[in-house]
Amino acid sequence: MWFAEAGTATSASVLAAVPACGVRVLRPRAMLRCGGFALGGAAGAGVCGAGAPGGMAVAQRRAELAAYLDNAATTPMLPEAASAMAQVLGVDPGTWSDGLFANPSAVHRWGLAAAECVSAARRALAERIGAGESEVVFTSGGTESNHLGVLGLCRAAVRRGRHVVTTAIEHRSLLCAWDALAADGWEVARLPVGGDGRLSPEDVAAAVRRDTVLVALTHVNNETGTVQPVRQIAAAVRAAAPGAALHVDAVQALCKVDTPYAAWGVDTAAFSAHKVGGPKGTGALFVRRGTRLVPPVPGGEQEAGLRPGTENVPGIAGFGAALRADAGGGRRLTDLKLRFIEGLRSTLPGILVNGPDPADAAVAAPHIVNLSFAEVASLPAEVLLHAFEAEGIACSAGSACHARRPEPSHVLSALGLRGARLRGSLRFSLGPATRAAEIEWAIARIPVAIARLPRVAMPR
Amino acid sequence: MSGEGCSETLLLGHWAEVALKGCNRPQFERALRRAALQRLPGRSGVELRDGRLVVHLAAGVPAEAGIAALQRCFGIVSVRRARRIARPADLAALAVVAVEEARRAQAAGAESFKIAARRADKRFALRSPDLAREIGGAVAAATGLRVDVHHPDVQIGCDVRADAFYVWGAVLPGPGGLPTGTAGRALCLLSGGIDSPVAAYLAAKRGLALSAAYFHTFPYTGDGTRQKVVDLCRALAAYTGEVRLWVGHFTDIQSAVQESVPEPLRTIVARRMMVRFAEALCRRERAGALVTGDSLGQVASQTLEALTAVGEVAALPLLRPLVTADKTEIVDLARRIGTYAISVRPFDDCCTLFAPRHPRTRPTRGEVRDAEGRLAVGALLEAAAARSERLRVTPDGAEPYPPPGAVKG
Repeated sequence: MWFAEAGTATSASVLAAVPACGVRVLRPRAMLRCGGFALGGAAGAGVCGAGAPGGMAVAQRRAELAAYLDNAATTPMLPEAASAMAQVLGVDPGTWSDGLFANPSAVHRWGLAAAECVSAARRALAERIGAGESEVVFTSGGTESNHLGVLGLCRAAVRRGRHVVTTAIEHRSLLCAWDALAADGWEVARLPVGGDGRLSPEDVAAAVRRDTVLVALTHVNNETGTVQPVRQIAAAVRAAAPGAALHVDAVQALCKVDTPYAAWGVDTAAFSAHKVGGPKGTGALFVRRGTRLVPPVPGGEQEAGLRPGTENVPGIAGFGAALRADAGGGRRLTDLKLRFIEGLRSTLPGILVNGPDPADAAVAAPHIVNLSFAEVASLPAEVLLHAFEAEGIACSAGSACHARRPEPSHVLSALGLRGARLRGSLRFSLGPATRAAEIEWAIARIPVAIARLPRVAMPR
Repeated sequence: MSGEGCSETLLLGHWAEVALKGCNRPQFERALRRAALQRLPGRSGVELRDGRLVVHLAAGVPAEAGIAALQRCFGIVSVRRARRIARPADLAALAVVAVEEARRAQAAGAESFKIAARRADKRFALRSPDLAREIGGAVAAATGLRVDVHHPDVQIGCDVRADAFYVWGAVLPGPGGLPTGTAGRALCLLSGGIDSPVAAYLAAKRGLALSAAYFHTFPYTGDGTRQKVVDLCRALAAYTGEVRLWVGHFTDIQSAVQESVPEPLRTIVARRMMVRFAEALCRRERAGALVTGDSLGQVASQTLEALTAVGEVAALPLLRPLVTADKTEIVDLARRIGTYAISVRPFDDCCTLFAPRHPRTRPTRGEVRDAEGRLAVGALLEAAAARSERLRVTPDGAEPYPPPGAVKG
C-alpha cells in the first residue's frame, strides 16, 4: 500500500502533519522522470489500470519529493542563482531582453558588461577562499577542475619526477586522472586512511620523496563527510618536499568548512557550482599565484590561457550569485544533521554511523552523514533507497557519480567496512535549501518504510 | 533523350509469403502498406502496384532513411532503390539509366556485372534474354565493366511493366515475416534483460501486434529498470509501430511468495504468478497468446520440468521463440535489432534477493501445487491488477493509455 499512501496527500498537507517547528510548505518539487514521459506528483497520480470496477483505479502514485537529502550529489538551485542566470539569459520574468549575451572577450561595451559579470563572480569565489581575483579560473565543473589541476601540475613538473601521493578514498574523477598518469608510467602512492577516513599529516610526510611532484587529496569526502586536516598536511608537505605541489578537491568543502587555501599554501583547488546551489556545468579552479600549469587543452587567451573557450557567462553568474547567497550555515546544517541522526536512532537504535563522529566539527563536515542500516534491515542499500524514495525521501547509496554500478563503495571499504554493513549503507546529505521539516519528515517516515519491507535475507 | 530527365527515384518493397495468402491477400497488402506509411519519414507516398510496394519518398527524405524504414516493416523480404522511367520511352532511355546504376556500383568498387532483365509486359518487343543482351552491351561499352553471369559484383535489374521501366542496382534484404497485426496480438513478458525483447521481436515478425507486461517490484527494483523496459518497447515499436506496455505491480505478490512458499520453489511459483498475471492482462488486451524469452536450460527455472510447471497455469498458448536458441545467437540478434545496448544498461536490480540459494530445478507438479497452497492467488492478482498501469509506447516515447481523462464508452 505504500505507493498509494505516499502520494495520496499533497506535500503541503503531509508536511503540516509532521510535528515540526516552523514548518514551511515546500515547493512541490515533482521528481522528473527521464525519458519520454513525466510522472510526477499530481500529473502522474491518475494513471489508471483500465477496466477496474468503479472507474479509474489509482495505480502506483509517485511520491513527491518531501525530503531531499542528496545534496552531495547536487543541490537545487538557490533562487538568487536562478534569478542571476535569468538576467544574463534575458529571460527574467516579465521582460524579454538580450540579457548579457555579448562575448566577455569583446572590447565593446556590451562585451565589457559581460566581462564584469564574470569578474563579479570571480570576486565572490576569491573572497570565499581568501584568494586574489586572478587566482580563480572558471571551468565546466569539478571533474574538469580536478583534471586541470592534477594533470596540469604533473605536466608542468614532469622533468622533476613522476611520483604522486594521494589517498585511497578519492572521488572517481581523480581516480581516472591517476589511471591516466599510471598509463604514462607515473607512480601513484595511495595512502590508507583511518576508520574515520582521516589521513595523518605524518603519513603524508613519510610518503613524499625527493621526486614527488604532487600530493592530491579531497578536503571533504563526498561519501562520509570526513574533513582532512588540509592545513597540517600542507605544512607537512612543504617541510618534507618543498618542490611538491598540493592539489585539493574542494567540491564538497566549499561553503561548508573553512577553505582559506591561499593562506594554507595549497597550489590548486577544485570547485563545483552545482554543489552549492548554483547551476550544473560550471566550476572553478583556484591556482595559487606563481603556480605553473600546463593545460591539457591548448587554445585561447581566456581564463589566463588555462581554460580556452568562451566563458559560460550565465553559469558563472549563477555560481557567483549562489556563493553570495549562501551564508555558510555550517552550524545550522550540523544541527539539522545531528537532529536527523538522533531522531532516527531514537526509533531505530541499530543504525550505525560510518566514518567520523558527526558531532566533531573538526573531522566531520556539517552536511554529510553515512549510515549503516545493516542491523535494522538486512537489505542492500539500493532497496532501502527505493523504499525511502516511495516515501518521498531522496538519498544515495555511495556516490551518485557511480551509483548505478553494483560494486560496493571503495571509500567505505577503505574505512574498513565489510559485508552487510558495507552493502547496507546510505549517504544522507544536506544543503543550503534543506529545511527542518524535511529532516522531521525523514525521521518520521524512514522507520515506516523499513517496517513495510518484508523480511528478505541479504545474499552473502 | 536524357535518362535523368524522365526518371524518378523510388523504393520498391517486395514480399514473398504475403502473396501466398489466397483470399486474405488484400488484407495483408493493406496491412503492409499501412506499416510502410507509418514507418516512412515525412509524407511519403506508398502504392500497391504490380504486386509490390512502390514508395515515392517525400521531398528531402534521403533514400537511405526510406530504405531503413522499409527494412523495419515485417512482411517485406527485399528492398530496392529503383529508377522508374515512364513509358512510352525508348530502349535508349532504359540503357542510359542502367549505365548510371552501373557507374554508381563501379565507383563503389564493382568490376563485373550482370543484367537481370524481366519482361513482365509481354507486349514489349524484346524477350527477357534479348533485353538483357541489349542493355548489357550498352553498359559494358559505356563503363568497361566485365560481364559475369555467375558471380557478378553487381546485378542490375531491369523490369519492363506496362506503364514504366524500372532499373535498380542493388537488392537489400528486408526483415521478412508477416505484416504486423495480421496474425493477431500477443502479450510478451519483458524483464529488462537481453532475451525477452528478442523473443518479442521474433513473435512480432510472424505478424503479431505486440502488447507487453513488465512486473515491477519497487522498491526491490528501482524505476531505472522500468525506464529500461520502456526504452526496450520503444526499440520494438520501431518494428511494430506501437507497443502497449503494462507495468504490473508485483511487489506484494513477490512478498507473499517470499513469506509463504518454501525457498527452493519460490522462483517457480513467482513465475507462475507472472504468467497468471499476464494472462489476465491478455484478456484486457484481447491478446491470443503469451510470449516469453525462455531458452531451454539457460537458468534453473528453464529446465524442461520448470518450464512445464510454469506453463501449465496458462490456458492461452505460451510461445517461446527462443526455446532452442543459444545465448550467443540471442545476443547477435539483440544487437542487430538494437535492443542489446538497452538491455545491458547497468541498473540496480535486486531481484537476485529473492532468488533461492538452491532452487529446485526439477519440480514435480504436486509439490508446486502444495507450495502454492497458502497463497491467495486470486486475491493477490486482483489487487495487483488494480494497481498496474498501462502505457502506449511508440518510437518517440510513452504515454498513459488510454490517455488520462478519456471517457470510457
